[in-house]
Amino acid sequence: MIHYLLFFIFGALAVAGAVNLLAQKHPIASALSLIVVMGSLAAEYLLLGAEFVAIIQVIVYAGAIMVLFIFVIMLLNAGEEPRAGGSSRVAWMFGFPAMLAIGILLAWVLVKRDAANTSVPVGAMYGSPTLIAEQLFKPYLLPFEVTSVLVLIAIMGAVVLARKED
Amino acid sequence: MVPLGYYLALSAILFACGVAGFLIKRNIITIFMSIELMLNAVNLSFVAFAAHWHVLSGQVFVFFVMVVAAAESAVGLAIIIAVFRTRATLDVDRVDLLKL
Amino acid sequence: MPNLSPITVFLLVALAKTVIALGLLLTSVAYLTWFERKLVGRIQNRWGPSRVGPFGLLQPLADGLKFIFKEDITPPYVNKPLYLAAPLIALALALTSIAVIPFSPPVHLGGLQTALQVTDVNIGLLIILGITSIGLYGIALAGWASNSKYSLLGALRGSAQMVSYEVALGLSLVGVLILARSFSLQEIVTAQHGLRWGWLPNWNILTGCQLVAFLIYICAAFAETNRIPFDLPEAETELVAGYHTEYSSMKFAMFFMAEYANMFTVACLASILFFGGWTGPIFGFGPYSWQAGLLHVFWFALRIFFFLFLYVWIRGTLPRFRYDQLMSFCWKVLLPLSIANILVTALVVALRS
Repeated sequence: MIHYLLFFIFGALAVAGAVNLLAQKHPIASALSLIVVMGSLAAEYLLLGAEFVAIIQVIVYAGAIMVLFIFVIMLLNAGEEPRAGGSSRVAWMFGFPAMLAIGILLAWVLVKRDAANTSVPVGAMYGSPTLIAEQLFKPYLLPFEVTSVLVLIAIMGAVVLARKED
Repeated sequence: MVPLGYYLALSAILFACGVAGFLIKRNIITIFMSIELMLNAVNLSFVAFAAHWHVLSGQVFVFFVMVVAAAESAVGLAIIIAVFRTRATLDVDRVDLLKL
Repeated sequence: MPNLSPITVFLLVALAKTVIALGLLLTSVAYLTWFERKLVGRIQNRWGPSRVGPFGLLQPLADGLKFIFKEDITPPYVNKPLYLAAPLIALALALTSIAVIPFSPPVHLGGLQTALQVTDVNIGLLIILGITSIGLYGIALAGWASNSKYSLLGALRGSAQMVSYEVALGLSLVGVLILARSFSLQEIVTAQHGLRWGWLPNWNILTGCQLVAFLIYICAAFAETNRIPFDLPEAETELVAGYHTEYSSMKFAMFFMAEYANMFTVACLASILFFGGWTGPIFGFGPYSWQAGLLHVFWFALRIFFFLFLYVWIRGTLPRFRYDQLMSFCWKVLLPLSIANILVTALVVALRS
């Protein structure tokens, strides 16, 4: 019972944040809505028992990646999006309702299919850091090391690309 | 106990919002944020399936998705800064030619 | 005592612990301001607050009244929602960290067994790191919302500084985690229980050989809380007042309280991670009695007091870093040192087991 309640509260918060991201004109407001989405998704991960992934979502995604976005928005000081002209109205009139229809259809199909059979146990925290570390260092060691090289390349790339030409 | 389908439905709705944002918006940074929203939606379905099948691989994959998303957003934002420096605009409709 | 269901008992106990913890935290924050002004005054060879009440002890009360009665000016050009939200975010997050700090091991209180900790989460240390990461938004949004050059610059510098030092902070804690094998703060403290060779306490900084990690942690934590010598974003002589230039009265007081609450959290964490937390002699009382619980709280408070003293002492003594010195210190000195610390600790633990 309480699981349903928590799922719906955080789910509604996430969807509200996502819709707000589309509705807002200023990028800062969109960024803040995205942070709300990420926070509510972290709560959903906790409901699914993935505690390590939830807190990493907060630390890395909401606490570092989004800070980077907000930095760039503040530095570039990009103003509000002007009200869209000709071609974008077509996108609004056909694209957005189409996306809405597809989203609702997909959601309805998924809910109808599995509503009776399966269920996700809640509160059984089996995403503990120890277990995830065992997975990362034994079966998935190669991807783990490769991602560290990837991050190094990304750091170097970002520094080179954003450097001012002296 | 919340059925698996509900989590997948939430993930689908968020993914749809991400795609809509990617197609509708004109500010490069907002388009980028829609990409992050799509990645988050996918993460949610990974974790939901991991909980459903009681396998930890889903959560490990989410970890990798987050690392890749961090790397991609760092490089992408650096590119956006470089584009802003030459074109002085963040409107994606005006950055559509290689010619300045 | 009527027979309450376990859920009700749990909720009531949690509520009581939250109220007590919040009350203690807010009082400590208020008297920390008094302590700082008094100590900095004595370091600078003057009295500090001494007029309001004996030894100036009612000064925080007077400051509180001043903040309440001061005119709350909201400049017309600010972004109102963010302007109002930023100090709330900063203060709310600063006060939340107390929830995972253990003040004593489990204590038996008349049929009820509970640790003096609002909640013991398996990932307690990561939660504090997460709270620090989100607390960044208080500063960034304050600077952005204020719609002024000085505030924006101060906020950007402050956020960049905090993000950089978060990395060093997180890495410096990995050595402690390798020794304690758990993220839960209660278990980290329990791993430092007992005496080695009969007289040396098993603290992480002594027998755990985490001295380098401790020094890195202290530097990174000072930078995270924006205290001297790392307080360039809010320095008065540099950027007017940085990101809280445009704030007055109660909202400024909220930033102020958030800074001191963060200091308190850092002091608690430093004593938990490196100095043994609540461990200490309990003089023959039973390990689960309330007297032992109070003694543990006393030992913990002693360590917290030492760290707060260290904070204020350094504030009174050292000059401020320049911004580029600050950033190069983090990335070129602290980060390699912390990685080296992880390597050595992991090597020693692996070879020993």
